[in-house]
Amino acid sequence: MPTFLLLTALTAVRILGRNRLRTGLTMLGIVIGVGAVIAMVSIGEGAKAAVAERVASMGTNVILILPGAVTTGGVRGGQGGVVTLTTADAVELKKRVPLLRETGWARRDVMQIVHGNKNWNGTVNGISPSYLTIRGWSFTGGGPFTQQDLDTAARVAVLGQTAVDNLFEPGEEPVGAIIRINHVPFRVIGTLAPKGQSAQGMDQDDVIFIPFSTAERKVFGTYFLGSVGALFASTERPEDLAPAVAQIREVLRQRHRLQPDQDDDFFIRTQVDIGKVHEETSETLTIMLFSIASVSLLVGGIGIMNILLVSVTERTKEIGVRMAVGATRRHILIQFLVEAMTLSVLGGCLGILVGILGARATTAVAGWPTIISPETVIAAFVFSVAVGLFFGLYPANKAAWMNPIDALRYE
Amino acid sequence: MAALISCEDLWKIYRLGDVEVQALRGVDLLIKEGEFVAIMGASGSGKSTLMNILGCLDRPTKGCYRLQGVDVGGLRADQLAEIRNRRIGFVFQNFNLIPRTSALENVQLPLFYRGLPLRQQRALAAEALARVGLQGRENHYPSQLSGGQQQRVAIARALVASPSLLLADEPTGNLDTQSSLEIMAILDGLNKKQGITIILVTHETDIAAYAEREVVMKDGRILTDRKTPSGASALPVEA
Repeated sequence: MPTFLLLTALTAVRILGRNRLRTGLTMLGIVIGVGAVIAMVSIGEGAKAAVAERVASMGTNVILILPGAVTTGGVRGGQGGVVTLTTADAVELKKRVPLLRETGWARRDVMQIVHGNKNWNGTVNGISPSYLTIRGWSFTGGGPFTQQDLDTAARVAVLGQTAVDNLFEPGEEPVGAIIRINHVPFRVIGTLAPKGQSAQGMDQDDVIFIPFSTAERKVFGTYFLGSVGALFASTERPEDLAPAVAQIREVLRQRHRLQPDQDDDFFIRTQVDIGKVHEETSETLTIMLFSIASVSLLVGGIGIMNILLVSVTERTKEIGVRMAVGATRRHILIQFLVEAMTLSVLGGCLGILVGILGARATTAVAGWPTIISPETVIAAFVFSVAVGLFFGLYPANKAAWMNPIDALRYE
Repeated sequence: MAALISCEDLWKIYRLGDVEVQALRGVDLLIKEGEFVAIMGASGSGKSTLMNILGCLDRPTKGCYRLQGVDVGGLRADQLAEIRNRRIGFVFQNFNLIPRTSALENVQLPLFYRGLPLRQQRALAAEALARVGLQGRENHYPSQLSGGQQQRVAIARALVASPSLLLADEPTGNLDTQSSLEIMAILDGLNKKQGITIILVTHETDIAAYAEREVVMKDGRILTDRKTPSGASALPVEA
């Protein structure tokens, strides 16, 4: 049997080689199908990886608590319409939810910042010192501010890369320089490593961090002391996120004196929620592209079946001769199946090549990240073998079940 | 000599739409090992149908056909294929070589389906080609060979499996006189020197004369069954 299969495969290659144009056109469908599948999946995977990277840039195991809508006398305010979260909430959460590793808070505003003859409209964040560790910021120069800076409402600032680029000449040392935020002078004590775009596509490096106390007393002003724009928390392990969220909710409802029939006056988001939305989007895209590619594979398979049916009819006499000299139905069946699979495997290999080149070209031309995983290549290959087997079965069966005499007499 | 072929009351009935065609109507035939039999008859006499049944390409509608004592009627399709592969060699009027495939590979075909190693297939096929005088033509395609040469390749293909029965269906029908003589000389030699049983279907009397026994068919029945002058020493005719 191994000898038989090997020789049959060799014969199949030779027979297909005799009719190069026909073979090439027959394979084209599979080539395009497999190529499309590989290119599409690699683009999808690349997009997914990029999203994952952006979500990871938020920090690890981050929980974000935003002020929510409050209903007053039947009138529902929008999200953030009322300030409901305070620094005291964060301190209390840290005390009462042991799953939390750290809690922090921030309030932001867009402000005019001046250094020398340059100025820039940047997002100024008044933050607790823990905020930078929760969000996973690292320093390129200088260092973070301390609890003492917070206690004394010191005028010190930490700059993101975009702010540095817009306020300083290239090569100028920002650490130690004096900048003015809303006319108030600040000393720069640190610069941050760039993070790039956020999952929402915002420039995360366009930031200036100052102590929260300084922000509320000397820069932003406030309605009442301790009101914050958002609370942040982080857990040790990702699986702690869900229970921590439940506990946070309970503590906050209690502190805000919400009755059981009242809605939450805050929103809790975790990194997982944010990542999920983006993953679902790219998944939907991948599925859509994959189904388009599958249709093309299907069409390719039908092309193979069509040509094989023609080939079986053309070679009816040959089939009769083969049967007369002792070929069994199985021999004939295998011969044509091998031919179908040779076509589809050859087409599949070419398609893999085309797909990889296509993905590379996409990265080169459009700048989209693409990832070609070995699993995708193997799956595409297996799929093309399956297409050959499936669409070869009918013509091969037709050949195998010919009556030897009718086949011999066929003109 | 033992009986190679024994047929009892063979019937073959085809149904073409509403019309029933009785191609064979009760054929009894006994052929012993080593015989050289010519089957003659006009077209439509049933000789081709008989050949197909004797060659295990077709089954009788009714009756019993034993090949070397085995009742062929009870065998499955793959068992019939094995019998064709090992015991029967076919030579056709239009040669029936596989196009664009070398002479050697055409001859290898029965051994290929028997599952022999490639080296052995090649050696046996080359030997069979040499026996029909075609050494040096192993790598020629059928289209590069004359009619007589193609028929010799076909004979080599029939011989390579060392069958006990050679069925030749009008082997000289498409050949000129000179080639016909060469082919018949080869067949005659196979029968006389190697004792292979040959059944030859023809409607040319001079070709039939090579055989030692002549069976004439008409309307699906055997009309006459007699020794030919050349086969005067053959065994009794009537089964």
